[in-house]
Amino acid sequence: MGSGFISRGFRGRRRHPELGDRLPPGQYPTGDFPVLSAGPTPRTGLDRWDLQLTGAVDAPRRWTWQEFLALPRETFTVDIHCVTKWSKFDTEWEGVSLDTLLDGVEHDAGYLIAHCDGGYTTNLPIEDVTGGKAWIAFGYDGEPLHPEHGGPARLLVPHLYFWKSAKWVRRLELSENDQPGFWEELGYHNYGDPWQEQRYQGD
Amino acid sequence: MAGTALPGRLSWHLADVVETIVETPRTTTLRLVVPGWTGHRAGQHVDVRLTAEDGYQSQRSYSIASAPDAERVELTVERLDDGEVSPYLTDELRPGDKLELRGPIGGYFAWDVADGGPLLLIGGGSGVVPLMAMLRQRAAAGSDVPARLLYSSRSYVEIIYRNELERLGADDGLDVIHTLTRARPPGWAGYARRIDEAMLAEMAWPPESRPLVYVCGPTRLVETVASTLVALGHAPGRIRTERFGPTGG
Repeated sequence: MGSGFISRGFRGRRRHPELGDRLPPGQYPTGDFPVLSAGPTPRTGLDRWDLQLTGAVDAPRRWTWQEFLALPRETFTVDIHCVTKWSKFDTEWEGVSLDTLLDGVEHDAGYLIAHCDGGYTTNLPIEDVTGGKAWIAFGYDGEPLHPEHGGPARLLVPHLYFWKSAKWVRRLELSENDQPGFWEELGYHNYGDPWQEQRYQGD
Repeated sequence: MAGTALPGRLSWHLADVVETIVETPRTTTLRLVVPGWTGHRAGQHVDVRLTAEDGYQSQRSYSIASAPDAERVELTVERLDDGEVSPYLTDELRPGDKLELRGPIGGYFAWDVADGGPLLLIGGGSGVVPLMAMLRQRAAAGSDVPARLLYSSRSYVEIIYRNELERLGADDGLDVIHTLTRARPPGWAGYARRIDEAMLAEMAWPPESRPLVYVCGPTRLVETVASTLVALGHAPGRIRTERFGPTGG
């Protein structure tokens, strides 16, 4: 910012005063729900699906699909911000809070590494996924979460850029050390705060 | 899933617009010289930032169309009628103007000659742009990696890079296959439908050849092609995808 450069002839049509302070810098609002992923959409049958909690924990945990759905669930409405510049407001989700999954787990981990079908990974500080800030979402807009959008279940951490909300999540690894994930290894920011426009390394 | 890390920080560059080329009624190529550019890998993209006089800014991402080069970068931009950035780039920008950009971004949907092949490229509409960078890179390097491009366009006049693809397709190692989904010129003998399983079974190499596959286009095309290839027996880890949705602008 602040280079002083002006794009000749560009006026900009799309200021969004109605959004107040809800639009992070460099983002634009969309009504669509764009799909972004690096490879084919995995199709794991629910009979084979499970969610595991592993790593620096006293005892690993595992939930089958039925066990996962039996956990206390929450519905919540949040804004989401993709590093490719779109933001989507008031999205409605249903999911299980990470606080619920971690309830009673003895650990001294500083980080959570999400591992997904298809090989995708992403890393987050533990304080960014606890305290009501993160869920494993299985419902969107009153419907089961569509595979293109990460179904049957995805991580949802709406206060960070959306690549941190890993689709098709299967394993949550608690770690004492930070381990850059898929996009973080490829030049994207390690933390990814949209309000600080932390898109890429060094931002 | 592995790639090459981008070192250091991505700073904004002020590029010189040296030429604009109307490719089709909806797409224009911007030829840029970017002082301080350090090159890219075919398939990567850049962020473009426009700034109005009152300080208002808008950013979008565009794929690089050109082969890697020390300072030259070409972007091919599709004009979205209700877009904010693309109509400026296609209609307003002219040689002598400057354009702020930073990159290169995205090291997974990228191909180098050393990545080998066979190289199977499948694109729809302006999704051909990063695939074209790969074909240009292959040609510039004199690579003999077998390559195929399956390219879906709505009509003949909407085929981006049509003449250059014809020239490149004269190379023994590269097959260029078009399909036209909405309108065909008289006498069109090629495919005339959306990409489907039968088409992929005919033109993709068999899974045993382990082609390296790059798919770019609208979400529906990418989803169909990627899942069909998996169903045909191709390894998911050999299929890389990039989406161009109707949003953006």
